[in-house]
Parts: sequence; structure tokens; C-alpha cells
Amino acid sequence: MMQVGLTHFLVLGAILFVLGLLAVITKRNAVTVLMGVELIINAANINFIAFARYLDKDIDGQMFGVFVIVVAAAGAAVALAIVLNIYQRMRSVNLDEADSLAG
Amino acid sequence: MTSFDVMFYVIAAITLFSAGVMVFSKNIIYNAMGLLFAFFGVAGIYVMLGADFLAATQLLIYVGGILVLLLFGVMLSQRITGLEMRTDTLQILPAAIVCGGVAAILLWMIWKTPWPKADIGPPEPTTRNIGTLFMTDYLIPFEIVSVLLLAALVGAAFIGRRNAQ
Amino acid sequence: MRELIETLQSDQSFFAGLPPAVLTLIFLVLGAVFFATVMALNALVMVYAERKVSAWMQDRMGPMEVGPHGILQTLADAIKLLLKEDIVPAAADKRLHWFAPFLIFAVPCAAFVALPYTREFVFTNFDIGVFYVASITSLSVIAILIAGWASNNKWALLGGMRAAAQIVSYEIPAGLAIIVIVMQVGSLNFNDISLAQDGGIHRWFIWRYFPFNLIAFVIFYLATLAECNRTPFDLPEAESELVAGFHTEYSGFKWSIFMLAEYAEMLIVALVGAALFLGGWSSPIPGFLNSGAWGVLWFGLKGAFLMFTYMWLRWTLPRLRVDQLMHLSWKVLTPFSFACILGVGLWMLI
Repeated sequence: MMQVGLTHFLVLGAILFVLGLLAVITKRNAVTVLMGVELIINAANINFIAFARYLDKDIDGQMFGVFVIVVAAAGAAVALAIVLNIYQRMRSVNLDEADSLAG
Repeated sequence: MTSFDVMFYVIAAITLFSAGVMVFSKNIIYNAMGLLFAFFGVAGIYVMLGADFLAATQLLIYVGGILVLLLFGVMLSQRITGLEMRTDTLQILPAAIVCGGVAAILLWMIWKTPWPKADIGPPEPTTRNIGTLFMTDYLIPFEIVSVLLLAALVGAAFIGRRNAQ
Repeated sequence: MRELIETLQSDQSFFAGLPPAVLTLIFLVLGAVFFATVMALNALVMVYAERKVSAWMQDRMGPMEVGPHGILQTLADAIKLLLKEDIVPAAADKRLHWFAPFLIFAVPCAAFVALPYTREFVFTNFDIGVFYVASITSLSVIAILIAGWASNNKWALLGGMRAAAQIVSYEIPAGLAIIVIVMQVGSLNFNDISLAQDGGIHRWFIWRYFPFNLIAFVIFYLATLAECNRTPFDLPEAESELVAGFHTEYSGFKWSIFMLAEYAEMLIVALVGAALFLGGWSSPIPGFLNSGAWGVLWFGLKGAFLMFTYMWLRWTLPRLRVDQLMHLSWKVLTPFSFACILGVGLWMLI
């Protein structure tokens, strides 16, 4: 094992991204898909912070990381509100059943 | 093998194992707990990268906010008696192929790119710099994000309300 | 702590042979054991104090049987709880049932590390000390939700969700009140905040920028009281309504962990309030016992005084209904804290 450097953090971010992608593609419960999306966003954020540390003299990457966290929080809130609304109408959060734009 | 390397491998192992639990478990609360430890692990990674303020922000917002929201969403969208909490996975073979392909491309790209070697000193505290940057260079994004949060809050409260239709 | 390891390695020949990673690990384990012991002792003393204080306020004597004046009462209770059978409901999730008290015990343990005990020696000199404590104490919400869910009990789940909603709502005025203080110091470091209040009781933040800091202190006090689920905000534990809330199905040792964690949480918010508003480790009389280990004494005294007021409040005020609770947080405390931030900011500019 070599000295931990930039590539180690990027590889960790890539593996987390792929795991989140797997959750988004294969799960059919809406809340679990949301969890996968949050994992993807965290993996991208690791990339930002790693670049800010290893390639940059300033902390612009960390500023972007703060904005990513905030926007992810807003997105998760709205998505969960939509999921709750779907549950109130259909009594189920199975994404395969939420396939009609009517009503 | 310095203690920095050991810490990195320990935190990375925790994060990857929790993410694995999150993806492959069938019980939705186990998914949420896997996500909890994945967020912890990511906060630990931020500390290793010298982003102390961001690590505390990650804990406060992701674990104390988003995960609580997700747990409420789970608990309010299941029937309490006769628990229907299984989240089965479908079409696992095509998904595995696609994700394996994406992983291969990403890892090959990370391996092959000649990242520039920069000499970096020990990490220094970032709170003061972040605060100054928020008020000087990043003032407009700061204001826009505040308005975005307000819109998201009002929108979520409106969409999620219980109306008798 | 790094300096401690370096001194040990240079002086004593026994320790010089070990690599610094092993020494760090030893100190981490010792620190964890130390804080767990502190939490247990704190619960021991606090439960006895609570029973005595409540008894004297209600014109009775409290525990008097076990030991002189009932001093060993909590020890007897602890032994009884340890010997009780550990019952887990049959349809409950065993792993989650075990996990929730584990998490809720770890949260105050992690927060104790960052507090400013003395002028020279702190366990870790976090530059984001205040922020770290605020974010760690927000983790107890997850533990409460999981405890409520893992009991497979309608009332436990309802109690857990109410407690989670209450804690999350009251984190906002608490954080805003902290911002009022942090604005005046310019740093999130606990030692800087205590240094800014050094030199006597007239320099404490609670009297400065009158009345904004005083209002901020009241807001912080009420908000953190609600975060610990203490009366008058203890609807999640109201016996007449929810049996025992989220810890209904926990018996014996696991229930005592919840109580331990609740008293430890009270100690932490009392100490944070003392550090932010009442001067931290500095003594009220300028120059008198103001250095070294006396800082722990002053810090502890201020924290103990705040905890006495918590108990005083518990047996004086009636319980708030859940809508009154939410009204208080969102419509009273939050606007007032915004007004305090605005007031202090304008005052500092002029």
C-alpha cells in the first residue's frame, strides 16, 4: 500500500458513486432511491474537497462543497414532500406503481 | 505506513461497508442506518482532508437534518401494523453490468490521469477563510442559496400537507 | 494531547520504545473510559440531587433509608437495574433495539471532549468547538427515532417522533443564540470565548450588550432544556399520555443507559451555557484562584448551578402541550433570537 494521496480519495469517491448509482437503478422504494441520490451527492462532494486540498492553494473547493450540501438538503426536502404526497394518494411508495400522469 | 494512512483505510472501510449495507439490505431501516454510518465516514474523510468546518456542517445537516427527514419519510409512508418494509431489488444483472462499467471507466480514468504534484502543508483551520469568502467572493451565490432554501421550505410544506381530496 | 505524548516519549524510557500511534491509541481508550466513568458518576450524583431537591421543594425528605441521608440510594437503584432481566419484545428488531442506547450513549461522550475545562489544558483544542458540540448533540435525534421504531409499539413510535420533532425544532433558537455570542468573540473556539470573559464577573457575556445577551441566554436556556426533553418540555416522556415514550419497551440496563444519556446531555448543555454566557473557567473575582486546575472548579460550579435551576424548573412549571411547544419554538424563540442577532450586530457596528 503506498502513501495515501489524491488518488485514494478519488477512488473512494468513485466507489461510493457507483454504489449510490446501484441503489438508484435497482431499488423500487422511493425513499431508498432518495438515499442512493444522497450517497451520489456525497461522493461528488468528496471529490471537490479532495481537489481543494491537493491541487489548490485556496479553499474554493470547500466553498463549493458547502453549497452542494445546502442544495442537497433542499432537494431532499422537496423530494420527501413529493413522496409523502404520493403515499397519501396511492397508499404505497412503490415506484413501479407511480406511472400515470393523470389525476 | 503512517497513522494518517491507517486512519484513512479505517474510515474508508467503515464508509464502504456502510454504503454496502445501504445498497444491499432489504430492510429499509437498515438502509437508513447504513446511510448514517456512511455520512459519518464521509465526515471523517473531510477531517482528514483538513476541512474541519465542512465536517461539522456535514454532521449537522446530513445526519441531524436529512437523515431525520428520511427516517420520518420512512415511518410516515409505511403502515404501522403489518409492516411492509421489504425493498426488493429487481433486474440486478443489467444493473450490475452498467454499474460495473461505470466503475471501470472512473477507476481507469483516475489511474491514468497525471495529477499534478503540489506541495501541501499541514491543514489549517478554515472557518475564518470560509466566512470571509462568503461575504466577499461568494456573496451572490450565498444570497441565491438562501432564497432557494426559502423556496424549497415553502414548497415542501405546501406539497406535503395533508389535504382531504 | 500531542504535547503530552511528546513529553512522555522524551522523559521516560519505557514509553520511548513505543511508536506514537500506540501511545495515541492508549490515550484514546483511556479518554473514552474516563468520560464513560464521568457520565456514570454524573448520573449517580444527579439522580440523588434531583430526588432531594424535588423532595425539599415539596416539603418532604426524599430518600433517607439507604446510607446516611440516602446517599447510597442511587447506587442501590443502579445495582437493581443491572440485575433486572433484559426484555426485548418478540416482534422487535433485536439489532436496532440494541443499537439505539449505544448511539445515545456515544453522543454525550463525544461532546464532553470539546469543552473548555481549564485555561491551559483541554482535551482537544478544536477551532470549531462550539459548532462541533452543536452538531454532535443533534445526533441524539436519530437514536430516539430508532428507539421508538425498534420497540414495535405504537406509543413508543409516537413518543419517538414527537421527541424528534421537538429536538429538531428547538435546535434552531439554540443555534441562533450561540451565534449572538460567537459574533462578539469572532471565534468558534471555546478557549477564545472563555478568554474574552476573563477577569471577573463584570466581564461575563451575560451582562454585556444589555439586554440582548440576557435575552439570548434565556433563549439558549429554554431551547437546550427542550433539547434534553426536560419539563416543562417533557411531553415525550409524559407518563399519563404515552406510558414512557420512546423508552417504553426498554428494561433494566438499557433503560438506565437512556437515563445516563439524558443526565449527561443535561450536564453538557449546562456546561456549554456556562462556557458561553457565564465565563467558562474564569473565576468571578478577578485574580482569585484564576489559573490551573481551579478552572475545573469554577466551570463545575457554574454548570452545577445551571443544573440546579433545571431541577428547580422541573418541579415548578407544568408541562406544555405539543402545539404550545411548537408555538413557543417557532413563533416566539426564533424571532426573538433573530432580533437579538440584529441588535447585537447593530450595536457592534456603532
